[in-house]
Amino acid sequence: MLGHLTLIFVCQLVGELVAGALALPVPGPVLGMVLLFVILMLRGAVPEGLGQAAGGLQKAMSLLFVPAGTGVMLHFRLLGEAALPLGLGLLVSTVATIAVTGLFMAWLSRGKADG
Amino acid sequence: MDDLGNLQETWVYLSASPLFHLTLTLLAFQAASWLFEKGGHNPLLNPVLGAVVLVVAVLVVTGTDYATYFEGAQFVHFLLGPATVSLAVPLYRQWRLVRRSALAITVSLLCGSLTAILTALGVAWLAGGSAEVLASLAPKSVTAPVAMAIAEELGGVPSLTAVLVIVTGILGAMIGPMVLNIAGVRDWSARGLAIGTASHGIGTARALQVNETAGAFAGLAMGLNALATALLLPILWGLLF
Repeated sequence: MLGHLTLIFVCQLVGELVAGALALPVPGPVLGMVLLFVILMLRGAVPEGLGQAAGGLQKAMSLLFVPAGTGVMLHFRLLGEAALPLGLGLLVSTVATIAVTGLFMAWLSRGKADG
Repeated sequence: MDDLGNLQETWVYLSASPLFHLTLTLLAFQAASWLFEKGGHNPLLNPVLGAVVLVVAVLVVTGTDYATYFEGAQFVHFLLGPATVSLAVPLYRQWRLVRRSALAITVSLLCGSLTAILTALGVAWLAGGSAEVLASLAPKSVTAPVAMAIAEELGGVPSLTAVLVIVTGILGAMIGPMVLNIAGVRDWSARGLAIGTASHGIGTARALQVNETAGAFAGLAMGLNALATALLLPILWGLLF
């Protein structure tokens, strides 16, 4: 499992290097995800240890957002001043985005969803 | 008495150490997760939200600044990168399904990405948001590092954008399932794609807990929307302002 965790870190490192060197608008970890995906395609299967390492990271994923979320304490004043545009913008936009994306996807992939 | 003095001294030292704030983050998340379980997975008890509220309360009460807290919390924060990379595994496992719907995914994602940008800008502008507020809000559906870079490019406040990104993620995880139920969207690929487009990693984390197909599509949508928004938003911003 340690070897597979290392593989995940190497993929991220390569992703960061490529994103930085080519000044791409995509974050390093997302490129790392693409790289790991390509490796899995070439290998044709998910090694058991990698599945465990990935599963462990994903189980903990919600926790990983807590430190950044706590940054809210830096912006109490600005958030209070702009509460209405920010609150309404977030709420309406999130509802609309979920509805539009979900409805388009359900509509366009009709009849292909099962099997 | 000396022992008591030592204990106090040690405590003063430890309470400013990275170990303390790392442990605080983990304990707060455990407590919030326990509440979420006890509350029958009530969306209002979202564990990320609960943990943030608990941590902020402790920091405000003890007069600790965010920089001191982050020295410890950065070890948890750091793992976001590897966790994102690891999303290649569910994506690979669902690849047959993803490839079969490639066109549907592309069209739905572009519509969703445009909706996220334009509705956020439109509503916040109508509600009287300043240019700085609009620029900080516009990339809110995208994973934090990309959103912060875009906000900076448009003249927003990157650290405010990070917070708005997290709030969007929590909001999407909380109300997303309800919105999709009302819209009558039942299949897991469409539900996952919608949650991942609107609310990036936090939505993906939630989707993974519910269904592996939904999780894979959410992770894919998160990556694709980061790309789409980074390309589309600066162009739209230039046209609108």
